[in-house]
Amino acid sequence: MQSCEISSKRQQQVLDIAFSGDWVMDAQLPPLDALLTQLETDKTLQTVRFSIQAVGRWDSMLVTELIKLIDCASGNGLQVDKTTLPTAIQGLLTLVYAVPERTDAHRNQQHNSWSQALFVASGKAIAHGKEMLIFVGEMAVSTVATLRGQAHFRRQDLWLYIQECGPSALPIVTLISLLVGLILAFVGAVQLSLFGAQIYIANLVSLGMTREMGGLMTAIIMSGRTGAAYAAQIGTMHVNSEIDALKTMNLDPMAFLVLPRMLALIIIMPLLCLYADLMGIIGGGFVTVNFFDVSLTEYLDRTASAVKMKDFTIGFVKCSVFGILIALSGCMRGMQCGRSASAVGDAGTSAVVTAIVFIVVADSVMTIICNRLGI
Amino acid sequence: MAEACITVKDLTMTYGDFVIQRNLNFTINRGDVFIIMGGNGCGKTTLLRHMIGLKAPAQGDVCYGDQGLWQADPKTRQSMLARTGVLFQSGALLSSMTLAENVALPITEATHLSAKKVREIVSYKLALVGLAGFEDYYPSELSGGMQKRAGLARAMALDPEILFFDEPSAGLDPITAKLLDDLILSLSSSLSATIVVVTHDLDSIFAIGNNAVFLDAETRTNIDWGSPQKLLNESTHANVIRFLTRGDQAGRNSNNRQARSEA
Repeated sequence: MQSCEISSKRQQQVLDIAFSGDWVMDAQLPPLDALLTQLETDKTLQTVRFSIQAVGRWDSMLVTELIKLIDCASGNGLQVDKTTLPTAIQGLLTLVYAVPERTDAHRNQQHNSWSQALFVASGKAIAHGKEMLIFVGEMAVSTVATLRGQAHFRRQDLWLYIQECGPSALPIVTLISLLVGLILAFVGAVQLSLFGAQIYIANLVSLGMTREMGGLMTAIIMSGRTGAAYAAQIGTMHVNSEIDALKTMNLDPMAFLVLPRMLALIIIMPLLCLYADLMGIIGGGFVTVNFFDVSLTEYLDRTASAVKMKDFTIGFVKCSVFGILIALSGCMRGMQCGRSASAVGDAGTSAVVTAIVFIVVADSVMTIICNRLGI
Repeated sequence: MAEACITVKDLTMTYGDFVIQRNLNFTINRGDVFIIMGGNGCGKTTLLRHMIGLKAPAQGDVCYGDQGLWQADPKTRQSMLARTGVLFQSGALLSSMTLAENVALPITEATHLSAKKVREIVSYKLALVGLAGFEDYYPSELSGGMQKRAGLARAMALDPEILFFDEPSAGLDPITAKLLDDLILSLSSSLSATIVVVTHDLDSIFAIGNNAVFLDAETRTNIDWGSPQKLLNESTHANVIRFLTRGDQAGRNSNNRQARSEA
């Protein structure tokens, strides 16, 4: 521990403040309070002077203490004599006082009451909703323009995005769907075997996978995998002014960046869903055949008679809708991204959250509609 | 008389098999404002990355005093680099933190000062670079020049003995660039720190540099070193003169450049 001291000597109207010792970062600083009160209360003082001949090493610690003393002294109308300071410190002090402090720049940390917070939050929610509507609107305009041939995206981009979100997602979709099929089989089997109706596990698994779980699980995987990636890609492009560059080249960013991504997901999602259904049925079959006394042929037979084309169609339609929602939320959050690294992170997070909320809400709505229509 | 602060010994820099510069040898003295100059893509910034411990050399070493940076074990290297501060080209402020938090980060990591004292040091550093009052701003709310100065405040947070600047005037208007140069000069005189500047801005080179090294892109080594003014007047290398006169050979004798450097 370094030692440093401060002492003051009064000569008529002049206060001479003497520093000594090492004023460095790991030093134990002496308290300044007594000096500061003296500067504030002693009305007969006129000038403050510093002598630092006895100071050994010094760094920012000395300068910050000096600044405190000078601010206090000049705040109380005293004269500060800086000429006795070494030129190095004088130079630093000149720099510090060269630009006056921007007092209007300070931020007030306001603590709002909960009613205010609620008001602010609902205002934000409304603004978010508005942004979303604007995005969907722009999206629709761009789609129409592209269909009419007024806007373009590059075909090879579409192909790239299809590869990115399709084949490379297969391993994780395989794993998750197999396990979901397996879980469905176990859950169903516990109840069905009470009635000796293990054979209906096949119906449960195949219908559950094709109508509901296949699409839902694929959508959730893709929103984490692809939706977040879209938000991060477009967000980073925003940070690097790439989007502005596209606009200046007269390319519509909506058509150029968002449409091919959305199209890729719309094409890929039903295929992935079909694959997930198959994997789920295999996973369910594995459990049923191995643990519940049903032969493989029986299982396949029941599955084939249980699942109708309309079940597949429902799964497909749902999955396409999910694809649109994932691409929409990913690209939307990317386009709304701020211009910093943390904003890109926020965009990724909120893309996944938005996508999952949309998916689950849309799924419920579609399930209810199917039920009412009796399909 | 002058004490060597950093010595670059026989340094060869590569990316994979591609040699960027080979056999670099030069010395930076204590208290110098040292300029590393050269054309685009000659490896200036790469050299800086070697000097601040971000990239290991293919051959040779960078010595701080008489201790080799890359021969030392990682822990010693870290303590050697603790005496340095770096200002990156774009400021490299952490965007999720306010200016005050950015500047406070190295201080709170290296010392056990009270939060109040840290805040005082932060305000002092920000005042030094002319940003008093901007403590609670986020980097994205500032202009490029302000971000750069805030980056400088962070680089100076721990009172480093050696300050590295990567292209300090890049992307700044001439007036702001001049102010930053003045700031560098006054900091160099009042902090008695050694300052290493990577730049190709001729105005800055002549205004602040008292020693320099020229990295040549063709021969891939440092072909000349000395003070910028001396290089301009006495260098025998065509590339150095072309660089310092903006490709205008006649400019060497015109007093145009002279006038600029005195301004």
